[in-house]
Amino acid sequence: MDFLRPASWEEALAAKAEYPTAVPIAGGTDIMVEINFDHRRPEYLLDLNRIELLREWEVGEEVTELGASVPYTQIMENLRGTLPGLALASHTVASPQIRNRGGVGGNLGCASPAGDSHPALLAAGCSVEVESVRGSRLVPIDEFYTGVKRNALAADELIKSVHIKNATGPQQYSKVGTRNAMVIAVCGFGLALHPDTRTVRTGIASAAPTPIRAKAAEEFLNAALEEGGFWENGKVITPSIAKQFAALASAACNPIDDVRGTAKYRRHAVGILARRQLVWTWEQYRGTTGRPLEGAA
Amino acid sequence: MANTRTTPSGTPTNVTQKHTRGGIGESTLRPDGTLKVTGEFAYSSDMWHEDMLWGQTLRSTVAHAEIVSIDVSEALAMPGVYSVLTYDDLPAEMKNYGLEIQDTPVLANGRVRHHGEPVALVAADHPETARRAAAKIKIDYRELPLVTDEASALAADAPLVHEGRDDHHAGHVPHPNIVHRQPIIRGNVEEARKRADVIVEGEYTFGMQDQAFLGPESGLAVPGEDGGVDLYVATQWLHSDLKQIAPVLGLPEEKVRMTLSGVGGAFGGREDISMQIHACLLALATNKPVKIVYNRFESFFGHVHRHPAKLHYEHGATKDGKLTHMKCRIVLDGGAYASASPAVVGNASSLSVGPYVLDDVDIEAIALYTNNPPCGAMRGFGAVQACFAYEAQMDKLAAKLGMDPVEFRQLNAMEMGTVMPTGQVVDSPAPVAELLRRVKARPLPPERQWESAGEGADVRALPGGLSNTTHGEGVVRGVGYAVGIKNVGFSEGFDDYSTARVRLEVINGEPVAMVHTAMAEVGQGGVTVHAQIARTELGVTQVTIHPADTQVGSAGSTSASRQTYMTGGAVKNTCEHVREALLEMGRRKNGSYHPAWAHAELLLEGGKVVTDGGEVLADIADILEDEAIDLELEFRHRPTVPFDLKTGQGDGHVQYTFAAHRAVVEVDTELGLVKVVELATAQDVGKALNMLSVVGQIQGGTTQGLGVAVMEEIIVDPKTAKVRNPSFTDYLIPTILDTPTIPVDVLELADPNAPYGLRGLGEAPTLSSTPAVLAAIRQATGLELNKTPIRPEALTGTL
Repeated sequence: MDFLRPASWEEALAAKAEYPTAVPIAGGTDIMVEINFDHRRPEYLLDLNRIELLREWEVGEEVTELGASVPYTQIMENLRGTLPGLALASHTVASPQIRNRGGVGGNLGCASPAGDSHPALLAAGCSVEVESVRGSRLVPIDEFYTGVKRNALAADELIKSVHIKNATGPQQYSKVGTRNAMVIAVCGFGLALHPDTRTVRTGIASAAPTPIRAKAAEEFLNAALEEGGFWENGKVITPSIAKQFAALASAACNPIDDVRGTAKYRRHAVGILARRQLVWTWEQYRGTTGRPLEGAA
Repeated sequence: MANTRTTPSGTPTNVTQKHTRGGIGESTLRPDGTLKVTGEFAYSSDMWHEDMLWGQTLRSTVAHAEIVSIDVSEALAMPGVYSVLTYDDLPAEMKNYGLEIQDTPVLANGRVRHHGEPVALVAADHPETARRAAAKIKIDYRELPLVTDEASALAADAPLVHEGRDDHHAGHVPHPNIVHRQPIIRGNVEEARKRADVIVEGEYTFGMQDQAFLGPESGLAVPGEDGGVDLYVATQWLHSDLKQIAPVLGLPEEKVRMTLSGVGGAFGGREDISMQIHACLLALATNKPVKIVYNRFESFFGHVHRHPAKLHYEHGATKDGKLTHMKCRIVLDGGAYASASPAVVGNASSLSVGPYVLDDVDIEAIALYTNNPPCGAMRGFGAVQACFAYEAQMDKLAAKLGMDPVEFRQLNAMEMGTVMPTGQVVDSPAPVAELLRRVKARPLPPERQWESAGEGADVRALPGGLSNTTHGEGVVRGVGYAVGIKNVGFSEGFDDYSTARVRLEVINGEPVAMVHTAMAEVGQGGVTVHAQIARTELGVTQVTIHPADTQVGSAGSTSASRQTYMTGGAVKNTCEHVREALLEMGRRKNGSYHPAWAHAELLLEGGKVVTDGGEVLADIADILEDEAIDLELEFRHRPTVPFDLKTGQGDGHVQYTFAAHRAVVEVDTELGLVKVVELATAQDVGKALNMLSVVGQIQGGTTQGLGVAVMEEIIVDPKTAKVRNPSFTDYLIPTILDTPTIPVDVLELADPNAPYGLRGLGEAPTLSSTPAVLAAIRQATGLELNKTPIRPEALTGTL
């Protein structure tokens, strides 16, 4: 195995062009496990740790540009206000040691359906900036996941950053696991309210071959909120709306039975999480709770 | 944390020696504690030797198959590979090993019986080379039909897991796929059943738990110039390993010199051989030091697990709450090789009634041979599975009678003088009712603690924890109780002894005791306690603990809650003889100077010989001068007898130990997630030699019991008998966020038969913790829950 250590982004792109089978590695929290367990023997590893720009972020007027290697710890500590859903998701990733190493770029690169950041990214709405020696492009998150552990990257492309829409309303993220910390998702759900566009977006992890949005649930809720004038009048969401939203979120799942959980449970749990998050976010939007209900810091 | 220590009336603890600093009863700190928490401690996996090679095991990818052919040529041809070994290369006539039954091949002999069975070995100059070479060994398997449960094991046309059995259980088992069967019949169940006003039955399932020790199997074998081998290894019992290693190497035992290296936990999982023989074989074949370290994946195949079990129970009681009878059948899955299965059967059957008075019982326990992963020793050893079932039964009976579950248990609780179903009289304190009273009397933890922060919900206090799944929605509290009984020490007539060598000499003008045993320090704190005992018995402050090795006699296993009792007892015993020898020397040298030498009872304190009145007669250093007293002596507990093979009668156990738990849980009833809020426990330890260690053991055992209540299970595919979750990604053990507050209430009621009156304590908390958590979840959900660990699916109807 050859270990490529580019000193700059340009060198990294050149290396990826020259060795398209090279596997990029930053925090190594996923790749190293695969290598240690002998599940994967890449011909080349492309070490991105010397590339400073991947660890930077910039909060813009409407969009935050988040470097691919910004560790989850930094997201939790610095971006809780602008990217609350992603900050919550970051907090559920593994252990403090792993959160100090791992970042969103790795989650997107591996594109595992169980990745914790996917539902938050889907719900917030974002584009992934990928680049090669041929140039750079922005891939909308909705087009990014193309199959089980597959994404829209070409062989010579690297993930540079994620352009995430700054929150204009409450966001939530939850995952179900059979342990109270350091657990891989049995299923995960994210919800973001976008009062600026009067829409909601969702994200589901580990309940389909790829991370997905519950589009029918979103459309139903968008319509119900519009029809009832909820965005203006700030009324309490009716139980029947919450129930229907949950049912549609469940129905969006296409899960499997595996060692972590049954398909039936995953569908059931996604519905529960959808209903709860709708209440949490909506109550926060209405301002009745005064402060956001966040996970413990 | 509120830990209390109380000594209610009972037999007083008899301590001959007076107080010496750092002696017994003090919470002296572990000598390796700081090293371990700072990451400086050298574990067996950290060893290194000049020019050493790395060993790699190739394991079967199928559970049951004939090996049609093995081709090692490609592996051997790889640069850096020094040796590839298969069954045909084994040097001695003896090719099997085993704790009790030598049924386990060192390397598979034409057939594999379980997923992950060792088939070939590679030694190479780099671990990666060894791994790649092992992958190049070509094995042609022809798969055979599987035996995976009782039905398939005992079917008319069932394949025999072991053909031609000639072990000492073969003669009495009803089927060759049964390793051992132990019935216990006492009284008359049919008659007693007529007195019952209520009868409850239950079918319970206990999942396969893993010891999940954090330091994987590892060791270093160094070939000696005499043709022997020095083996440095993490194990639980050096001399038991030695007995199994030497014959398959074709070496006399004295040519296999073993030294304990840093052990990262054990919990029963290191009682069996793992890499020991393999490393020695490769070292002898290459004449180079060979190190083997399993990774986590391999570790799941490298040691036995806790027996999964199916337990069927019937209990009756009168309407005033007295138990009338109990009938049970316990089926343990021993997997492909015997390991400790026979002894686990003995424990499961003899402890199957729990700590209750029951005169009419009909008990049967069996362990099966199957093609599932081999199972053997794990903390609690057969008593854990039984406790899970009989405690569920107690709750069912109490509910049916409309009685409080604790009062019902207290009404039937055993005490000193109770006769066990084996006919053995419990002849030391058995404070079962008192332990229950204590956990029940504790104030309950406050409700809705997640709201205490004042702003938002503190998810750490909620089911789901950091995963942020509820802010209080769907959460229901439940409270449950359980109590258990465990035996201490090796039972059923086993000659269970420990050896301790103690040397007393003067170093730099000060008397120093050196304690040398073969006790495996696996985290239990023996190294701390041995020094305390030597200080107390010899009145010295300087104690050196010699590394554990086979240059001294056996210390027995670090298991069965026995080490403080047995090797601690051996250290005490040898120290007493050293003390006598010292006083004899003192009388010889100084006797004429003071009449007290001849008359008074003399003690050793603060480095001096003193009278019981406190008068100083001499410095220990002045008596010894340049002489050393060096004694090595064996220590035995009182003898036991085997259980009768038909009736189960016999004084089979050495000592009994008891713990009770009250579990308080919050259950997210919609998502089926559980947060254990508190696990209050009370345990009688006879005498706490080191309270800090005692509390640590109790909290650790309690947590391991919690693990198998709510998450820990090795999942074996019934269609293939293959392990589906051999990793810490999918085999979950509790994190600190899953570990509740564990207030510990320690009783010290001395057992007059035991050293210092102490009672083995490491396993009892693992028993009652699990059923207490289950009982609490049942109360919160109203569900029956007959299987542990419980899964979210079981709580939400989504299986």
